[in-house]
Amino acid sequence: MRGITTDMTMLDDFLTRAALAGVGLSLATGPLGSFVVWRKMAYFGDATSHAAILGVALALAFDLPVGLGTLAVALLMAFTVATLAARGWAMDTTLGVLAHSALAIGLVAVSFVHGARTDLSSYLFGDILAVTRSDLGFIWCGSALVLALLIWRWQQLLTATLNADLAFASGVNPDHERLILTLALAVVVAVALKVVGALLIAAMLIIPAAAARALSRTPEAMAALAVLFGVGASLVGLGLSLWQDTPAGPSIVAAAAGIFALSAVFGRVLRH
Amino acid sequence: MLIEARDISVDLQGVEVLSHVTMGLTEGEIVTILGPNGSGKSTLLRALLGIVPVKSGTVARAPGLQLGYVPQRLAVDASLPMTVRRFLSLPKRVTDADSAAALVRVGLDDIGGRQMAGLSGGQFQRVLLARALLSRPQLLVLDEPTQGLDQPGEAAFYRLIAEVRRDTGAGVLMVSHDLHVVMAASDRVICLNHHICCEGTPRVVSNAPEYRALFGLGTQGALALYQHHHDHSHEGHGHEGHHHGHDHA
Repeated sequence: MRGITTDMTMLDDFLTRAALAGVGLSLATGPLGSFVVWRKMAYFGDATSHAAILGVALALAFDLPVGLGTLAVALLMAFTVATLAARGWAMDTTLGVLAHSALAIGLVAVSFVHGARTDLSSYLFGDILAVTRSDLGFIWCGSALVLALLIWRWQQLLTATLNADLAFASGVNPDHERLILTLALAVVVAVALKVVGALLIAAMLIIPAAAARALSRTPEAMAALAVLFGVGASLVGLGLSLWQDTPAGPSIVAAAAGIFALSAVFGRVLRH
Repeated sequence: MLIEARDISVDLQGVEVLSHVTMGLTEGEIVTILGPNGSGKSTLLRALLGIVPVKSGTVARAPGLQLGYVPQRLAVDASLPMTVRRFLSLPKRVTDADSAAALVRVGLDDIGGRQMAGLSGGQFQRVLLARALLSRPQLLVLDEPTQGLDQPGEAAFYRLIAEVRRDTGAGVLMVSHDLHVVMAASDRVICLNHHICCEGTPRVVSNAPEYRALFGLGTQGALALYQHHHDHSHEGHGHEGHHHGHDHA
């Protein structure tokens, strides 16, 4: 009897942690993902999140916390991309080069780090069921930071997203707002690594927001609905991962894709 | 003076787009900047607003100047859900009463719940104007506000601008490529082709040889603009590269 009780508590505990991780992440990916969709930054998200693998390699090599390494490299990549974009580089090609190079170099670098190869899939695909208490603290702090930042700058961010000149004439500097989104993206990448993995962070940003678009009339409604869909996808994906032993990240993103399909159909019906 | 440019020159990507331009605007005055495509009209507005830096010269604004801006073109991306009501609250939130009053002022009722992306060209420009008016501007700046409107729509829009000036006393600075449309609405016209060619009342400008040289001889109306001949000299302004993308067959 005693053994079973202990097992139940443990089960509760890691499940609760996993669910909380998904909810925490979605609080940030909902609104930030909406901006990624509105500003067509999908590839930008890819480049930044793929760079996270390089951050993992560096952190393991220098015996630093993985979250710190990821955050540092994601920040570096995000600011590189933002700078190149401001200088008028051909972004489609540049981002394609950066995103894939960052992933490839990261994977090569990880292979040099002793013992890391075995963990590699958890960094690529996430490991939400293995989220620890301190992971959870990191996820919630990062997400809360991003959410607070976006709420604080919401009006300015929206104005700058609509039109740079309009923003400027209203006293909003569009370059500052872009910087804020760049920073937020790097933090979300570091936070999301454990939950969905480097390969699918951008998907977690885009798919819930895209699903929310069909059912929203205002930017706020879309951001809020994207949070809700993110939470839903996390919980469904978590369940799938738990019962069928599927990789966590792809399971969550697959669930999000399902929600997107339903919302697209529902939105169409609603309009007719 | 509400806003003033003193001897400003502006380079864009190494090419001098504006050369030694001096102009200004006082309260309650409607000034139109007129010029062919690529003549630096929008750049002059952007320099006055501080969006592009000047290479030389200075831009001065009245202290605490309240400015309302209507951009040339604003594309609301299909991915961004945005009602008219929500748009009017950017970046400063306004009350429902104020937003309704601003919409009535520009001749639009009961449109607050509509999506921005679903508006007609004329409605869209009026909503942009309503948003600009909500900041209670002392100076309204409009960059080709009637692009994409038909002739009656254009005339109605300029009548509206004149009414706004009458009611609020705001100064209005506009960019246009067609003197005949703005004639009735402008106190003063500045004819621009990288430098100021001529300026004065619409009647004076339309008879000025510089204006005729810039916009073509003999022909009347909008067509003249697109067939202008550079038979007066603008040495050293490097404007050969500007495009004439309009097709008025």
